[in-house]
Amino acid sequence: MTVPILKQRDYLIASIQAALTDADLKHLRDALVAQVGDYRSRGVIVDVTALDVMDSFAVRTLRDLAHMTRLRGAETVIVGIQPEVAFAMTQLGLRLEGVAAALDLEEGLAYLDSRVKRGGMTRQRLEG
Amino acid sequence: MSQRVTVNNTGPMTDGVRLDRAQITVPITSDLDIVAARQRGRLLAVELGYTATQATLIATAISELARNIVLYATRGEILLTGANDGARVGIVVTARDQGPGIKDVPYAIAGGHSTSGGLGLGLAGVRRLMDVFEITSLLGQGTTVTVTSWKR
Repeated sequence: MTVPILKQRDYLIASIQAALTDADLKHLRDALVAQVGDYRSRGVIVDVTALDVMDSFAVRTLRDLAHMTRLRGAETVIVGIQPEVAFAMTQLGLRLEGVAAALDLEEGLAYLDSRVKRGGMTRQRLEG
Repeated sequence: MSQRVTVNNTGPMTDGVRLDRAQITVPITSDLDIVAARQRGRLLAVELGYTATQATLIATAISELARNIVLYATRGEILLTGANDGARVGIVVTARDQGPGIKDVPYAIAGGHSTSGGLGLGLAGVRRLMDVFEITSLLGQGTTVTVTSWKR
């Protein structure tokens, strides 16, 4: 199952549509880290609304993805963690450890806008 | 050397626990099977009337147990069974492999020493997700983890 990645403004948006295997998750991580360079993206949103389970592997892979894209100059925000999934993650002792999370896509975009504002201003000055 | 550890979060296990005759077996040989096992477990939980939250805890526990099989034993199986102790309905999940076994079981199931998402966190986490946790491991022979979640 390949996760579609959309490009919107300076951001990449990956919307997970169904349960992912470990291999799918690793593929998504690598694709986003590469595409941040291809599209010179400043932010990444991973929408996990459709994930009914986030186990230790999924959380670790998303954490790695966020840290790797940060090293490439893009902020990542995880959106759409369901209440039951948040409960299970907490029981399991899983933490996002410094990775941003937001309620939904809209909040995720607002978060990225607030984080990459400086970059936007620089570009405005260059364009103006 | 065989090690057996039982952790019961809900008081002593009564002898009157009856397992349903129907048992679901999910062979585990790859990461695809991890997804299949946890989906089958969630389905059983929903069929038995578990809440969405408890079904998610069970599915997450199955995911961790199935991943341990793939990571450390390459192959094994997950068994899912409905259970009943007269007063409560439960689900019993058994993860069984013929892998290398676990050298230090108390260490593997103790929480807090691993944040890597490896074996330690997996088993310690599974203990917290379920009501009853039992593990038997024999070096060179394999590991069997049996966990029970009672419907609330």
